[in-house]
Amino acid sequence: MAIFSILLSSSASLSPPASLVLELPVTSLPSSQCTAISVYTNWEKHALLGSDVRLSCSFFSWHWTSSEVTFSWSYRADGAKESTTIFHYTNGAPYIGTKGPFKDRLDFVGNPNRRDGSILIRNVDYNDNGTFTCDAKNPPDIMGHSSNVRLLVFEKVPVQAGVITGAIIGVVLGVLILVVAIYYLMRFLVARRVFSLSMSRHGKKGKGKEGSQQRQASGHLPPP
Amino acid sequence: MLAILFATLVLHLTDLIILFVSTCANAWRIQGTESNDLWYSCVQNNGGHTCKGTGDEEWLQAVQALMVLATIFSLTSFIIFLCQLFTLVKGGRFFFTAVFQILASLFVMSGAIIYTVMSPKGKSDSESYGYAFVLAWLAFPLTLISGFIYIVLRKKE
Repeated sequence: MAIFSILLSSSASLSPPASLVLELPVTSLPSSQCTAISVYTNWEKHALLGSDVRLSCSFFSWHWTSSEVTFSWSYRADGAKESTTIFHYTNGAPYIGTKGPFKDRLDFVGNPNRRDGSILIRNVDYNDNGTFTCDAKNPPDIMGHSSNVRLLVFEKVPVQAGVITGAIIGVVLGVLILVVAIYYLMRFLVARRVFSLSMSRHGKKGKGKEGSQQRQASGHLPPP
Repeated sequence: MLAILFATLVLHLTDLIILFVSTCANAWRIQGTESNDLWYSCVQNNGGHTCKGTGDEEWLQAVQALMVLATIFSLTSFIIFLCQLFTLVKGGRFFFTAVFQILASLFVMSGAIIYTVMSPKGKSDSESYGYAFVLAWLAFPLTLISGFIYIVLRKKE
């Protein structure tokens, strides 16, 4: 506390220009890092033929989500050179393209207030293979890169790499550990059973003696 | 006696090294500048490699699992051999070591057979099997012999 008071008194005695230097700037943020929006989508999306696939799009922005946030989805088929816009959300309302390959099949399932601009495509076909691009803008945050998600349609969803490998290794090692555990358990139980075996043999001998005495006793009874 | 022990140890270590190299080396199938193995398929261009991961096929994942399991079992058998060398009673057989080594040889055999049967036939004539594939097939009889030696071996002195 004494040191603190000494500092205060020394700053008070400084001339005004020097005391201004001691002030920290708090209002200005570095402009190059913070005013860029980051859009996130999946890298690839696998879908079964005829199923519904949800393409999710989200963004990160340093500003609060404004009411003028816009989402824009465009589609470029595999092998095509140009992309067409298939969906646009602006002014609080979604607009689905009325012409194009996805009319009547596209639904907006996102929540712009929660920075979610996902769309749902129903009944996918092999012609829907291609790259979907999501572009989100959150005024005044308008600079940033859009993000691409590739849609791959399969007749049968292929097993992911490594699943079967891990399963086989896990099962074999598990069986091995189980066999070793059972072996040691049997050894332990047999060691205990040896102890209880002699007890039961002792008991059986005793019962045998009693049984033979009873039979002898009943043998003496006169037959009815 | 010491010579037999030393020879057995060298054989087991050779098996282990062969299994490791075969599982990890990128040389199961070679086709010009393209080399395939259990994990990647790489193309060599301009002094660099462009690799993409294989492994979507079920049989390839089974071969991966079998080769890894064979390596693990051979390693376990080696460790058990070193343990049993000091803890076994006189005249005892290295039973656990033999079991693990023979299991490792069975796994290597299954993996090599599955790969031979299921690998896609070469599109061109320049496609040939690489050294890792040959090593996998070599590992099978070596581990089997090593396992049988452990069954026969008795601890003296």
